[in-house]
Amino acid sequence: MRQEVSGFPDTLLGARDAIRSKQVSAVELTRHVLARIEKLDPVLRAYNSIDADRALEQARLVDEGKRTGPLAGVPIALKDNICTSWGTTTCSSRMLANFRSPYDATIVRKLDEAGVVFLGKTNLDEFAMGSSTENSVNGPTRNPWDTNRVSGGSSGGSAAAMAASMCCGAIGSDTGGSIRQPAGLCGVVGLKPTYGRVSRYGLVAFASSLDQIGPFGWTVADCAALLNVLAGGDPRDSTCVNQPPEDFLAELDQPIQGLRIGIAREFDQEGVDPQVKAAVDAAVAQYRALGAQIVDVSLPHTEYGIAAYYIIAPCEASSNLARYDGVHFGHRTKEPVRDIIELFSKSRAEGFGAEVKRRIMIGTYALSSGYYDAYYLRALKVRRLIRNDFEAAFKSCDVILSPTTPTPAFAIGEKTGDPLAMYLTDVFTVTCNIAGICGISLPCGFTSGDKPLPIGLQLLGPAFGERTLLRAARMYEQATDWHRRRPPLA
Amino acid sequence: MEIHVQLATHSKMFTGARNGFGGEPNTQVDPVVLGLPGTLPVMNRRAVEYAMMVGLALGCKIARHTKWDRKSYYYPDLPKNYQISQYDLPLCYEGQFELTLKDGSTRTVRIRRAHLEEDAGKLLHEAPGGYPIDYSIVDLNRAGTPLLEIVTEPDLASGEEVAAFGQELQKIVQFLGVSEAQMQMGHMRFEPNINVHITDASGQVHKTAITEIKNLNSFSVLQRATDYEIQRQIHHWIETGDLGRKCTMGWDESTGTTFVQREKEEAHDYRYFPDPDLMPVEVSDAWLDEIRRQVGELPAARRARYVQQLGLSPADAATLAGDRRTGDYYEQALAAGADPKRAANLLINVLMQLAKQGTGNVADLAITPRRLADVAILIDQNKLAASSALPLFENLQQSPPGDDVTTEQRAGELGLIQSSDTSAIDAAIDAVIAQNPKPLQDFKAGKQQALGALTGMIMRSAKGLNPKLVQERLRERLG
Repeated sequence: MRQEVSGFPDTLLGARDAIRSKQVSAVELTRHVLARIEKLDPVLRAYNSIDADRALEQARLVDEGKRTGPLAGVPIALKDNICTSWGTTTCSSRMLANFRSPYDATIVRKLDEAGVVFLGKTNLDEFAMGSSTENSVNGPTRNPWDTNRVSGGSSGGSAAAMAASMCCGAIGSDTGGSIRQPAGLCGVVGLKPTYGRVSRYGLVAFASSLDQIGPFGWTVADCAALLNVLAGGDPRDSTCVNQPPEDFLAELDQPIQGLRIGIAREFDQEGVDPQVKAAVDAAVAQYRALGAQIVDVSLPHTEYGIAAYYIIAPCEASSNLARYDGVHFGHRTKEPVRDIIELFSKSRAEGFGAEVKRRIMIGTYALSSGYYDAYYLRALKVRRLIRNDFEAAFKSCDVILSPTTPTPAFAIGEKTGDPLAMYLTDVFTVTCNIAGICGISLPCGFTSGDKPLPIGLQLLGPAFGERTLLRAARMYEQATDWHRRRPPLA
Repeated sequence: MEIHVQLATHSKMFTGARNGFGGEPNTQVDPVVLGLPGTLPVMNRRAVEYAMMVGLALGCKIARHTKWDRKSYYYPDLPKNYQISQYDLPLCYEGQFELTLKDGSTRTVRIRRAHLEEDAGKLLHEAPGGYPIDYSIVDLNRAGTPLLEIVTEPDLASGEEVAAFGQELQKIVQFLGVSEAQMQMGHMRFEPNINVHITDASGQVHKTAITEIKNLNSFSVLQRATDYEIQRQIHHWIETGDLGRKCTMGWDESTGTTFVQREKEEAHDYRYFPDPDLMPVEVSDAWLDEIRRQVGELPAARRARYVQQLGLSPADAATLAGDRRTGDYYEQALAAGADPKRAANLLINVLMQLAKQGTGNVADLAITPRRLADVAILIDQNKLAASSALPLFENLQQSPPGDDVTTEQRAGELGLIQSSDTSAIDAAIDAVIAQNPKPLQDFKAGKQQALGALTGMIMRSAKGLNPKLVQERLRERLG
């Protein structure tokens, strides 16, 4: 394990400052990152598409002072389920293999106005359904720390691109852990903002009431700087809340006096890897040493989280994905068809992968007449109980601490035959989406062995409590150096 | 009966794309209408207000908390393969409405619910210009149009009643200004659900199966199709003793008969669930009060008031009350002192004719209600001949006077003010009689018509004489 020294900054704020002070030009930095992608990505497969010409053109405009903004010239990767008016937006699905969006997602417009350089679109589990980026028509994204292992998912491409320094910041989406889980497995910081903090307009919907766009970075500060750009109300998204503008970087470095850290007894589960447990316990000790108060809290309905999630998310997905029928856009079967129904069913059978089909079928079943009350309605009641759990818990603590995942990155292929085992990797992350609160994963250690794997620490904060969440995370980061480690990828 | 009414908002139900007809196929669209990946609906508040207005006009309760649900079915004219609608919490519910029939009798029609949804696009089976094609074309211009679905209780008993209800509903939505309600444009579409309860000789009641006739878009067809279907069900039962089967029917205009479109499978499973992209709708007291204020007095109430309190004929009352702006214009003229009947006559017989050259609505004329009142008063004071109203109004329309010019002054400039000076009239009478002794002799010989001829000569001999006074003085003179 070593820190990479290339002469180029690889953090978001490092890159921003180096460009501002003209230590490096945006074009030089972009060339450098593109060269890394060219060298590393054939193995890692983090990117679905790269537009080098476009990136260099944007960098040139920054150097000429024609493209400005708070993140001018910083090279950024976008998850390939976020619509851009350039390139393709494929969702790593055959269904949208050649889909070109005529419009930009709201957050793409915001990043554009912030002056970033867009490198390309990153791999994901098809339509963001998965926990390992193995459910991709383009094949799995490999973990930069051990290329035989998964990068996590569904934003595995963004997390791996970040961990391999093939970008200085990345954007993902989190429906049940899809930012925090791959961030944890790839040893970078990943933030899932509060539901309604960031516009979803232009994010290809998986589960509308759970989806939220968020940033990846090497540091908490990098995520805070990206959140500054992403956050804010949007007249095109009625679920996006008009909060007064906040500066998430302000006071970020000031430790919170009397920080109360909640430990939920329900998160102390069997099946957590001993090395993960040890690293997280050490993080708790670190916080205690920093003067934080450790509080026992209870989230009694946690055990129903996965079950509720795997009703709500597939129900919404079965409806959101109904539009992919081969008529207006996306894949259309080339087989002869007798009628419109056969056109629908053949196009969908060919266009969707196995996991997407599984979830569409689960959701369709659960919403059917006679089953709605037993499944969907009941899941919504569980959702209310989980929300209540968190509301009660946050009365006695500021953030809730847990591992991000029960285990470090698992081997490619290890869980593909067992969907239920795969679903359980989200056990610590799903309740955050169900409750609509915010959460962050940051590195808190590594496994032993000749290929050490990162271990993720998760902090959860109350709805719209990102400022406290980020400051609490930053306290730990300042006291440790896990975030300075880089995978051995030379 | 189920009625779909398209609301004439500027933009569509859930996006800013223009809500309008015409234009090349697929031009009234945007990414949201097309259901492109990543797009989200945003509720059109005005459409909700329009729906509330119709609900209030139909005596409905307005839900104080409602929401949007997704109704799932696969069809190529429905881009998302689900329709955003309202399932268990309709915006308007439990209404009650008095329908007056041609013979003057009334029916109470209960409204079960009225909910908002988005319209679908259209499938075309021939190319524009009428060329045959062996595939179908999707036109999404209509997709996303705000659509109000109104469902009545089974309170209508004949084709005549059904058509009368449809016509009254058309008048209401036009009066409220929430829909153009042009039948031939498909702004209103009717779907009567019909069955018959037959009591046989032994007193036993036989209920025929309910059939639904789809998409009737003229009142005449609505009436004929309903009557035909009632008779068909009765005859089918008499001939076979069979109550028939629940089904969806169409209307064949060429044969004047209904035909089975499809047998109804056991309730299609639409997998309704709340749309997670849209927030629930909360209707506050203040909002509801504002909408109540916008609805104001409804045509039926206005009509009744005009007949009972102002003494207008039912026909005139209906003309004035049928359009909100016309009624408001009329009432402003009354407020300015006009006699109700005089003002109604002038408005209907003169101003409405003038308005035909413009927008068709008197409220858009350059002539203010105040001027209408002035003209009415001048006529009542015998200062203006009723026949002079048209030239005076034409002049006021073409060159509207400033506030400093009174209507009487303008009429005077045009030489339309009648003289009521009896000495001038007497002088004119003397002069005419002196020059034309013949009519006077005729009159004295018993020819009554000679009086008319003489009056005409006197009126022509000098401008602006009050004809009434001329006749009066002439009779006195001859008497």
